[in-house]
Amino acid sequence: MSILVNEDTKVLVQGITGGFGGRHAGLSLDYGTALVAGVTPGKGGQNFEHGDHKVPVYDTVAEAMAETGATASAIFVPPPFAADAILEAVEAGVDLVVAITEGIPVMDMMRVKEIMKGSKTRLIGPNCPGIVTPGTGPDSTGGCRIGIAPGYIHKKGTVGVLSRSGTLTYEAVWQVTQLGYGQSTCVGIGGDPINGTSHLDVLKLFNDDPETEAIIMIGEIGGSAEEEAAEWAKEFCKKPIAGFIAGATAPPGRRMGHAGAIVSGGKGTAEAKKEAMADAGMVVAETPSGIGQALLDAWGK
Amino acid sequence: MNIHEYQAKELFDRFEVPSPRGQMAETAEEALKIAQEINSDLMVVKAQVHAGGRGKGTFKNGFEGGVHLTKSAEDIGSIAGKMIGQTLVTKQTGEEGKLVRKVMVADAVDIKHEYYLAVLMDRETSRPVIVASTEGGMDIEEVAESSPEKILRVFIHPLAGLQAHQVRKLIVGLGLKGPAAKAFGKVLKNLYRLFASLDCDMVEINPLVETPDGEVLALDAKFGFDDNALYRHPEVEAYRDIEEEDPREVAAAEFDLSYIGLDGNIACLVNGAGLAMATMDAIKFSGGDPANFLDVGGGATEAQVKGAFNIIQSDPKVEAILINIFGGIMDCNVIAQGVVAAVKETGLKLPLVVRLEGNNVAAGRETLTASGLAITGADDLADAAKKAVAAV
Repeated sequence: MSILVNEDTKVLVQGITGGFGGRHAGLSLDYGTALVAGVTPGKGGQNFEHGDHKVPVYDTVAEAMAETGATASAIFVPPPFAADAILEAVEAGVDLVVAITEGIPVMDMMRVKEIMKGSKTRLIGPNCPGIVTPGTGPDSTGGCRIGIAPGYIHKKGTVGVLSRSGTLTYEAVWQVTQLGYGQSTCVGIGGDPINGTSHLDVLKLFNDDPETEAIIMIGEIGGSAEEEAAEWAKEFCKKPIAGFIAGATAPPGRRMGHAGAIVSGGKGTAEAKKEAMADAGMVVAETPSGIGQALLDAWGK
Repeated sequence: MNIHEYQAKELFDRFEVPSPRGQMAETAEEALKIAQEINSDLMVVKAQVHAGGRGKGTFKNGFEGGVHLTKSAEDIGSIAGKMIGQTLVTKQTGEEGKLVRKVMVADAVDIKHEYYLAVLMDRETSRPVIVASTEGGMDIEEVAESSPEKILRVFIHPLAGLQAHQVRKLIVGLGLKGPAAKAFGKVLKNLYRLFASLDCDMVEINPLVETPDGEVLALDAKFGFDDNALYRHPEVEAYRDIEEEDPREVAAAEFDLSYIGLDGNIACLVNGAGLAMATMDAIKFSGGDPANFLDVGGGATEAQVKGAFNIIQSDPKVEAILINIFGGIMDCNVIAQGVVAAVKETGLKLPLVVRLEGNNVAAGRETLTASGLAITGADDLADAAKKAVAAV
């Protein structure tokens, strides 16, 4: 088991003919992902070729789904067109949309989120590294990789990893792998102020997943999603959690790279988040180098 | 991105949010002429810099105060002459101060009451919220702390927009009556239209004043724009005043780097925003002070790394450099080659600690070793931070 995706999940890529989308579609194929279709308006009928793989490209998401049975979509569409791409996938009835695109205007995401209410589609991101459920092959291949994370750092296992940022997630994943453990699923929920899936949403999924034994939750300054998740975990989470929060030294009022990483009006500080997480019984690491040890401490290994 | 007060007034004029009559001047003569046109009993002249605390600031030529009220147009002209071309130091500018190039001359209106009015993007609900209070002219966070019942909030549906009943609710809540109630309703509708049309993440009017004649005017405003949406508002982007920005940040923007200047002495160069923040934290945790936030991004080129390295090295406050790279997809050797190329050009003047991990790390480490440069290697981030702090 895993959450959100597994080795059987059929994936399509919106924006597969772009440089960035194409490069990562290729890496996902190498990883063993069941990448079955691409979508680029106006390029239907072509093929996306990578090594021995030949992936058909369609004009619309609806066509791609009907022809290939894809149930998940990765979005690599440039920011001005990304909101529309997400909504196309939602309207076509995709189960899972993973929006990798960085730089989507907040107003666009606000409307997308409102329109998505009541739909069956779950959105991860935007501005996120995506999802990896490691496989059992060499270098964890044979699993499902949607997005831009490096596949080889993963290992099949029982630790659920959840984070807003990319490289910080890779650090945590790498440490878990180096310690000889592995991951059930790794989810990057993205660094934007408005996103589709929150820390709390993913925490609940890991809590219900029989394969996940322990959880790493990584957050950063801005908003109150980590506090919300900690409050829930305090009462309901059955599994040990290790945590880390980035941005303790960030000056207030400045956006630290991620659109959502900002302390404003005294809200969203690292201190408040760490406190809420510790209060919920999580073991919070002081630096990213300590995430692996925090996991072992929380897990009692 | 910040904008000047006179630019805020231009936006208010465009969206019919009333504000006192006034205009920007670049010379004392222009200021005098504007004051003569306003021709009011009381007028105000304000230095235009991107910093708060102007009223209590001091110019380096000894002239006191970046905001002055006066009754005569001639005084406006002479005061403007003492401000323009001079450097204003306020509690927010730091010792170096800010050069004043422009002033704003405006009518100083009679005030019956000061209100607070803002439209913000609320993260928790993913929708805009209007915040209003009868306690204008003060720090709104203090009001929220001491008398939370005096803060009114109305959430706006993202697709339906501001509704008439919501406007009425705020009018009643603020106790507005007669012509002022009507005027406030118009201000609110136009302010929300401005917020939504220009992709703002904040427009705050403090104070919003009611005059004895029942007029409602925006006296001072703060704007926040969504940087990701500026591409569809070129007229707003044109308001950017790079003279007001940190020159290190301007240089970084040219290389498409995400950089924020800080006051410490240990510079860092990192890939990924989360890891870059965590690197700053690790420096602090080891007893040092970070000089900057710098994210070279997930797909940095050798030229970008070189550019980043040069910006760091030219900062006089910096005494040591920490490079922290987790190469997921990114090739560690590209980073290593960028660093070596930059150092070959400028020379290595400062202690340099490098922590490389991930994709092609062996080649990256080899490139650094083969360069013969005095680079201190590190096992992980905590180790790197300790070594960088020890090197200062």
